[in-house]
Amino acid sequence: MPIEILMPALSPTMTEGNLAKWNVAEGDNVAAGDVICEIETDKATMEVEAVDEGVIGKIVIPGGSEAVAVNAVIALLLEEGEDASALEGFTPSAGGAVPVGEAPAAAEAAPAAAAPAPTAAPAASGSRVFASPLARRIAADKGLDLATVSGSGPHGRIVKRDVEAMSPGAKPGAKPAAAPAPAVTVDDPVFANMPDFEAVSNSNMRKIIAKRLTDSARDVPHFNLTVDVEIDKLLAMRKDLNARDNADYKISVNDFIVKATAYALTQVPDCNVAYTDDAILKFKQVDMAIAVAIDGGLITPIVKDAANKGLATLSKEIKELAGKARDGKLMPEEFQGGTFTISNLGMFGVKGFNSIINPPQGGILSVGAGEQRAVVKDGALAIATVVTLTLAVDHRCIDGATGAAFIKELKAVVENPVALML
Amino acid sequence: MAETNFDVIVVGGGPGGYVAAIRAAQLKMKVALVEAEHLGGICLNWGCIPTKALLRSSEIYHNMLHAKNYGLSAEGIGFDLDAIVKRSRKVSKQLNGGVGHLLKKNKVTVFDGYGKLNGSGKLHVEKDGKGIADLTSKHIILATGARARELPGMEPDGKLIWYYKDALVPDVVPERLLVIGSGAIGIEFASFFHTLGSKTTVVEMVDRIVPAEDAEISAFLHKSLTKDGMEILTSAGVKALKKGKDTVTATLEVGGKTEQREFDRVIVAAGIVGNVENLGLEGTKVKVDRTHIVTNEWLETGEPGVYAIGDVAGAPWLAHKASHEGVLCVEKIAGTQDLHPINNDRIPGCTYCRPQIASVGLTEDQAKERGLKVKVGRFPFQGNGKAIALGEPEGLIKVLFDDKTGELLGAHMIGAEVTELIQGYGIAMELETTEAELMHTVFAHPTLSEMMHESVLDAFGRAVHF
Repeated sequence: MPIEILMPALSPTMTEGNLAKWNVAEGDNVAAGDVICEIETDKATMEVEAVDEGVIGKIVIPGGSEAVAVNAVIALLLEEGEDASALEGFTPSAGGAVPVGEAPAAAEAAPAAAAPAPTAAPAASGSRVFASPLARRIAADKGLDLATVSGSGPHGRIVKRDVEAMSPGAKPGAKPAAAPAPAVTVDDPVFANMPDFEAVSNSNMRKIIAKRLTDSARDVPHFNLTVDVEIDKLLAMRKDLNARDNADYKISVNDFIVKATAYALTQVPDCNVAYTDDAILKFKQVDMAIAVAIDGGLITPIVKDAANKGLATLSKEIKELAGKARDGKLMPEEFQGGTFTISNLGMFGVKGFNSIINPPQGGILSVGAGEQRAVVKDGALAIATVVTLTLAVDHRCIDGATGAAFIKELKAVVENPVALML
Repeated sequence: MAETNFDVIVVGGGPGGYVAAIRAAQLKMKVALVEAEHLGGICLNWGCIPTKALLRSSEIYHNMLHAKNYGLSAEGIGFDLDAIVKRSRKVSKQLNGGVGHLLKKNKVTVFDGYGKLNGSGKLHVEKDGKGIADLTSKHIILATGARARELPGMEPDGKLIWYYKDALVPDVVPERLLVIGSGAIGIEFASFFHTLGSKTTVVEMVDRIVPAEDAEISAFLHKSLTKDGMEILTSAGVKALKKGKDTVTATLEVGGKTEQREFDRVIVAAGIVGNVENLGLEGTKVKVDRTHIVTNEWLETGEPGVYAIGDVAGAPWLAHKASHEGVLCVEKIAGTQDLHPINNDRIPGCTYCRPQIASVGLTEDQAKERGLKVKVGRFPFQGNGKAIALGEPEGLIKVLFDDKTGELLGAHMIGAEVTELIQGYGIAMELETTEAELMHTVFAHPTLSEMMHESVLDAFGRAVHF
């Protein structure tokens, strides 16, 4: 029985997209992992890889089709031993009937399918808090909410020392001393005169975001440095690279910015640091965290040793990590421990913005949209494609001049990306 | 030319040093290990391992002597001391070779010589008084271990007065043996020679034997050993030893009275001192307190780039503590995230006398000194089917819980095979289980470990089989 290839959801909120082009034709052999087509959304173009191996039996939705519903059958794959006759009388299941999030694995319904069954995605981060039994009991005795405690044990497990450190001697019900932000609860009278609402319980991820960013905004002395950079040369270089024969990559502007930032950090290593009370930690490698919006929050997968990776490798890794992030399949080591973060909201048309540092990192770069702007060159108005980059740094470990040296280096390399060849 | 610059240099190849070196190599560091004598250190060559080999021989001998208890007959039971010692040495040799192989596999460069700090980040290596290498590294880990404390007027002579190295390769089973000190080392040798037939006297300065253990365990062992015919003198001292031709006259002081007693051999096991000499510590900021190097919780000394682990860094003098410190020290150097200092309250200890002792965590006295209110559970070997079947009805498992939180504070065991049981509680403590999880855990039947369950139940008045 032919395997149905479905229109994938590239983000949890995607309902439809454009099938830009097919990279394979009917009758082609494909192996798992081969890029078979490209899908466009309003945000990005993504390559779609084959999940199973076989022969493309029929392309149901031709390249260039717009507004293809998620989970619609876009092609049929013949398994080993099957020929085109298997297509006769085969009725594809109704497009869109499969719940979002389970595509394309759900296509795998054939009982005799030889392809390995895809493993179930790990449960999306639910509300489980990892804490030792002793820590749970001490927290309960003290009236502490474990969700407000950050764990220092293996894999962030909350252990005795974490709860002991909180409000020593506090009576049950007392608010933890380490959380001065006033707790607002759903039944707070302040909501009484507001319109009807639906209370969506805070997921564990939401609680972590709330806690970490509140801690950071309150305790880390931030300052921002903003520059406008012209990216016309970068765009030209990108076009050349992507147009090369046999190019098995598609480098995005963001990939360039990641590479350039990593490079600039190696040039100004004093910005690739973390502050501790004992010492400033100067990292010997740039592990770049990249903010990815996912359903219900965000997560920052990490490209390890980003400065020493070529653009094609970086681009591929970022795509893989972002995909895993959206599928909830990131392993802890893939999103814990970066040395610097990049957040890009350019695809939403945001001109420029400030981010909150993700501790213990020392800095975060906010990337705005690339847009044509009027600039003055040699005393005359000219048009250039400009991106606004805003650096936020932790003043405890990075001073103004150091941050400025970094952003100057970054501007120089983005505007003359040929330096990345060095 | 041979490489002389390393990411990390470890001085000393014992269980602290060689483990640190391997961990550093795993973390992609270029590592040198400087060892003057033998890889594996005291533990493997002159301590933990060869004594276990000796004690295994004496245990089997003891079982053979009691064969009829099991319905077996054995005649002509005897032993060949020379062969027992040879086996023990062979065991050490095999493991020593194993360490060499592990270091080679991990590409650790081993220097055969004495290492001595020689200015910041520099180490001079000497062999037989001649310099053989000058190494440099930003991180130098001192893991030089410790040696027996020598008592004045009772220095080892290898003939009549033995220290652990002599006692490991004895030429005779002394008819009358005096053991000075009842810590783990003293009591293990006393147990070994006593089983082989020595009339053994143990002298302990404080008021109970194995003073590091819970008082109840000390008392249990005292009773067990005396019942077995060993003489134990507590709150006692040895004022002098006078050597004769083939005997030693000891002046013992017990209960304020002195008496002269004649022995054939004396084993001195009066503690250990750190090997802090000739390390080039003079002129550095490394601080030495009596005989150990002072470090912070990350094993860093006062001198930047110089670290100390294991016995030379102070108590508890245990191989597994040294290894763990070695790993922590190296990971800290490597900048590993989420590290935590070693919690000394969770380091287990094992003593292989007969009956065996094993413990982890606080003793009841220590818990009380810390002002903790405790719940105590006990379970005797007599109540355990497996112990009875083994013919080992003598023993006790004792646990301490924090009355308020249910935290497992300590566990103390005496009896057959308890050294293999203790780790169950060790894991429970590290995972911070409370009594609830221990009660919910299904323990296999029939095992000695069921007593660990019962002991927990007893702390809450719920023991089933006693």
